[in-house]
Amino acid sequence: MQTPDNLKYTQNHEWIRLEEDGTAYVGITDFAQESLGEIVYVEVETVDETLEKDEVFGTVEAVKTTSDIYMPVSGKITEFNPALNETNEDNDPTLINSDPYGKGWIIKIEVLDPAQFDELLSADAYQKLIE
Amino acid sequence: MKTTPLTEIHRALGARMAEFAGYEMPISYAGIREEHLAVRHAVGVFDVSHMGEFIVKGPEALKLVQRVTSNNAAKLAPGRVQYSCLPNEEGGIVDDLLVYRLFDDQCAEGEEAFMLVVNASNIEKDFAHIQRYNNFDTRLIDISDQSGLLAVQGPRATEALQTLTDVPLADIAYYHFVKGRMAGIDNVLISATGYTGAGGFELYVANEELPALWEAVMEAGKPYGIEPAGLGARDTLRLEKGYCLYGHEIDDKTSPIEAGLSWITKLKKGDFVGREAILRVKEEGTQQQLVGFKTEGKRVPRQGYTLLDESGQAIGRVTSGTLSPSLNMPIGMGYVPPAFAKSGTAIQIDLGRKQVAAEVVELPFV
Repeated sequence: MQTPDNLKYTQNHEWIRLEEDGTAYVGITDFAQESLGEIVYVEVETVDETLEKDEVFGTVEAVKTTSDIYMPVSGKITEFNPALNETNEDNDPTLINSDPYGKGWIIKIEVLDPAQFDELLSADAYQKLIE
Repeated sequence: MKTTPLTEIHRALGARMAEFAGYEMPISYAGIREEHLAVRHAVGVFDVSHMGEFIVKGPEALKLVQRVTSNNAAKLAPGRVQYSCLPNEEGGIVDDLLVYRLFDDQCAEGEEAFMLVVNASNIEKDFAHIQRYNNFDTRLIDISDQSGLLAVQGPRATEALQTLTDVPLADIAYYHFVKGRMAGIDNVLISATGYTGAGGFELYVANEELPALWEAVMEAGKPYGIEPAGLGARDTLRLEKGYCLYGHEIDDKTSPIEAGLSWITKLKKGDFVGREAILRVKEEGTQQQLVGFKTEGKRVPRQGYTLLDESGQAIGRVTSGTLSPSLNMPIGMGYVPPAFAKSGTAIQIDLGRKQVAAEVVELPFV
């Protein structure tokens, strides 16, 4: 199970990676994808919306279960990963299973308050949570 | 947690394991969709040793079976199997089960024998329930802990298994069984049954024979594209066929009439536990009826979601749902009032933050 050091994590098993320009990528962790099993559909209908930390921004459908996904920090959703988007012909939601921290990113956001990152879990703390 | 004789083999194959009905069971190996499609189009093998098996044996075995089950077991000749349910006094369902009329060579003179195959989650409850009505000259014996069960399912199951036995498998009609030698193991109970609607067999052997049988089936199935399949695919396969699953479509409170199981409820066979209550439901009409439905989009209906009419009024609940691997669209089953049960009826499903349109359709889906 991977837990990269350069990311921050939530109790709900999302990860977030802050870029230098103040945007950030958000996805779900290796542990989360492993627990959910094969992901068959990702729904994000919140692009261009500004959501508070802990608000639901989308839903992941696995074969066996449905799981909501939450904002790790407050922000404006600027992009839904086109590779996961059902409206694109060659979309592949299982990218979340095969590459949860890379090609399987779910949304890109503009971060409103970078100080909220201090409230998130470090890789070490997250690793302890899932052990 | 209980294990099956194959638990180590599942782990070695890299299966995702999880607790089910007190057993550590394989949920999937290569992935639910892949396993599902292998069973629909080729052949798959499931370890379903967690299922419960009871033997009912004695001079009055038939009387006990008739007393506690809803279908007419008097119709069963040796070598035949019947789907049935155990109703409670209130007309709900204690469990659904298969009833096997065993061959007479299993019995002493003047005795008859049946095997009841029940859901793993209900073994203790069912045993106590049946025993409560056992004032007959017959014995009820729980052999669940000694009995292993493989389901070899799919359109190529017969060809694959035929390489392991001289028993002419194609001659075993649906819901019939024989006992014979397979993969060097004597007295395998070879049953043309299953929970996938894909054809194939269920193979009952003693626990200690199970690993050898599994290995032989996997080897024999290779040229036919066999894959090990887990409980995840078992669930999506049965749902595509509209089969009830205990704890979802049926439970202690649901009537077999509501669940579309009138066909296994033989009210004219004589008295049985729950008959009067079921008769009353039949006479007065049901409040709700089990239906299948398809939804728009890709969001999957899940057990417990509320079903709505077109105006948004709550009318029922979802009992099972999945993204059908065969149809690549969400399908589900649930209860609605009879006025909404006709196929083609437009309904909605409450997903929480939004609703999605659905349509009642004929079962099975596939």
